[in-house]
Amino acid sequence: MSFFDYLLLFSGMGLVTYLPRWLPLFYLAHRRLPQWLIDWLSLIPVAILSALLAPSLFSDAHPRCLHWGKLELLVAIPTLIFSLKSRSMGATVLVGMFLYWLGGLFV
Amino acid sequence: MQQDNHHVYPQQDHSRPQHWFRQGAAAAWPICLGYLPVGLACGALAQQAGLPFWAVGLMSILVFAGSAQFIAISMLAAGASPLSIILTTLIVNLRHTLMSSTLAVYLQGVNRWFLSLFAYGITDESFAVNMTRFRTGEWNRWQALTVNHLSNSAWVAATICGALVGQLIPQGALGMDYAMTGMFISLLTFQLHNRIFILTGLLAGLISIACYLLIPGDSYIIIASVGGATLGYIIKRRSKKST
Repeated sequence: MSFFDYLLLFSGMGLVTYLPRWLPLFYLAHRRLPQWLIDWLSLIPVAILSALLAPSLFSDAHPRCLHWGKLELLVAIPTLIFSLKSRSMGATVLVGMFLYWLGGLFV
Repeated sequence: MQQDNHHVYPQQDHSRPQHWFRQGAAAAWPICLGYLPVGLACGALAQQAGLPFWAVGLMSILVFAGSAQFIAISMLAAGASPLSIILTTLIVNLRHTLMSSTLAVYLQGVNRWFLSLFAYGITDESFAVNMTRFRTGEWNRWQALTVNHLSNSAWVAATICGALVGQLIPQGALGMDYAMTGMFISLLTFQLHNRIFILTGLLAGLISIACYLLIPGDSYIIIASVGGATLGYIIKRRSKKST
């Protein structure tokens, strides 16, 4: 592929990535949002994070199937407790990485 | 005496722009750390698929969407048509409409140029970090913009490095693969404000796993987010009425 081919492809991808990020913000930031929408949107962050995280802790990817007791899940439990106690994202990331590395030595 | 100290050390004033940048950077570094292994892997994969390093950089700048870039690279390697790659990108990134809508609550009345610049950097990670801080009321839009753009720079740099030297780094070095998971776990704990939030998280997780197993593709993220939040909202309304 030439430079122009790449530019065309990535511009297209960039456009369809940018529009969903831009349109709601652009319009909703200048409207008075109804209270029910604000209440509902306040639950979106926890729902998105949980939705992103859960499959990686409880299932395998290739092929997709349930998998109990993955190392990812076993490490997630102390990492979660550490995060609740410390309230520090940076330290939590480092603790998670360390425990995962440590766990990998035994599995 | 303490009030005097404030006058003696004006640099303690946290409302000045240089502090906004520093505070934004302090919030962004775990994201950058998390992007490092993922970006390296993404770049290395792209290089294996035959993309030159400048194309990897171009893609990271124009698209800036981790999962979509991974998918696009594997589709390119498989010889998929540009149109199908663009369409898949759209579907994978539709979840950002939810994040963009949620951020609008905290960016009411902000000028449209800022919004357009800010929108470029909305990702799963920057969204969660900024929302956590916006909620506590200690955050302004400039700090949030700093988080977005520092994360973006880290992502661009990591993917280009991956394309150049990714092959030299051993897989799973130092538990790097767990950086993103650790970050999501941490961000999740920041969102557990009360029982309704915990319940919403549990419901979204359950729906997500069920959809992940039953429906191919990435629709599980949107279905579980909307489903979990809606169920949580209904339960909140009902429990308010009954008390």
